[in-house]
Amino acid sequence: MKTEDLVSLLAAGVEPIDVRGTARRYGLALIGGMLGALAITVGILHLNRALSQEVFEPMFWVREAYCATLESLGLVAVTRLARPGIRLGVVPAGIGAVLIAMWTLAALILMMAPARDRAHLLLGATAAVCPFLITLVAAPLFVAFVWILRGLAPTQLRSAGAALGFAAGSFGALAYSLHCPELTAPFIGVWYLLGMLIPTAIGALFGPRLMRW
Amino acid sequence: MQLKEERLRSLLIRGLAGDPSAYHLFLGELSAHLRSFLRRRMPRLPEETEDLVQELLLAIHNQRHTYDLEQPLTAWVQAIARYKLIDLLRRRSRTDGLHDPLDDDDELFAVADTEPAEARHDLAKLLKQLPDRQRLPILYVKIEGGSVADAAKRTGMSESAVKVGIHRGLKALAVKIRSIA
Repeated sequence: MKTEDLVSLLAAGVEPIDVRGTARRYGLALIGGMLGALAITVGILHLNRALSQEVFEPMFWVREAYCATLESLGLVAVTRLARPGIRLGVVPAGIGAVLIAMWTLAALILMMAPARDRAHLLLGATAAVCPFLITLVAAPLFVAFVWILRGLAPTQLRSAGAALGFAAGSFGALAYSLHCPELTAPFIGVWYLLGMLIPTAIGALFGPRLMRW
Repeated sequence: MQLKEERLRSLLIRGLAGDPSAYHLFLGELSAHLRSFLRRRMPRLPEETEDLVQELLLAIHNQRHTYDLEQPLTAWVQAIARYKLIDLLRRRSRTDGLHDPLDDDDELFAVADTEPAEARHDLAKLLKQLPDRQRLPILYVKIEGGSVADAAKRTGMSESAVKVGIHRGLKALAVKIRSIA
């Protein structure tokens, strides 16, 4: 087939693009992924029994804000990397700023605490399982993000994979926080972050294979 | 060049709204720019230029919903062209074909090449390998130029199934091109 014939073929009877199609794709996938993450948190892990008291503690909301901010930044990174020729801009710096804020708070708390309490502030009771449980809760969101990106056109597949893993991990961390009993800044600054970084690494590793077009 | 960008952008935007003649002009003019872009970047693979021009046109068509109306068209087309070129070179592992570094530049629309070489793969043949529910809608609507309603009548499919068949068929064609190129 000659190139001009291909041009005629592609142009013939071309349908208008549904301008809300992409937004609908994100909406559907994220609702599905979030429901999956909540189902794992509530159904398999169960809600934190102290939740109704914890919501009155400022640190509860610091933790939620930390997860939600990282999640929004991850989502922005995904939407940018999903389209050809759009740069990440200030997103990595934004993620860095959130992490530095949390680590600063964590360092202050550790410095002010008596030495014998420091290990417990950092490790809590669940450090050994937290990152893996966040990864588990993030799994439905990971699948949802891969589905979103397979319908778009990422051109930097490794970065797009990392971004989708980070977004899934931070959404997952937010859902997981309804189960998690830990409320100290050192714990959240380290183990929650690790829980987000495991899906990030998985995304970077498999992104090129999952999203090639 | 700025004029060229503006002209192609407005043609594409009309095409995205469903204007076939504007979209035809867009793809036709774009293919000349892609050809010249690729000839400069893969001088040692001249026989593959036209294949890649066609693969790119198909990719641009299939991904046209990812164009952000606020975005410079050059940036969008260039990102797709570089992605597909790198993909081709990687499949070949013949990185020696890569003469120029694939840096961003603004020259995409500065030069055009309207003399196509022969494409080596025959898209018409690949089209024949598609299942009927994709092949017939493409044949009746996109090649013979009939309406979707007409194609629905001739195939006994619903109109939305005809549209889905065209959409999936062109995506499947892109996968087939990629697997042989």
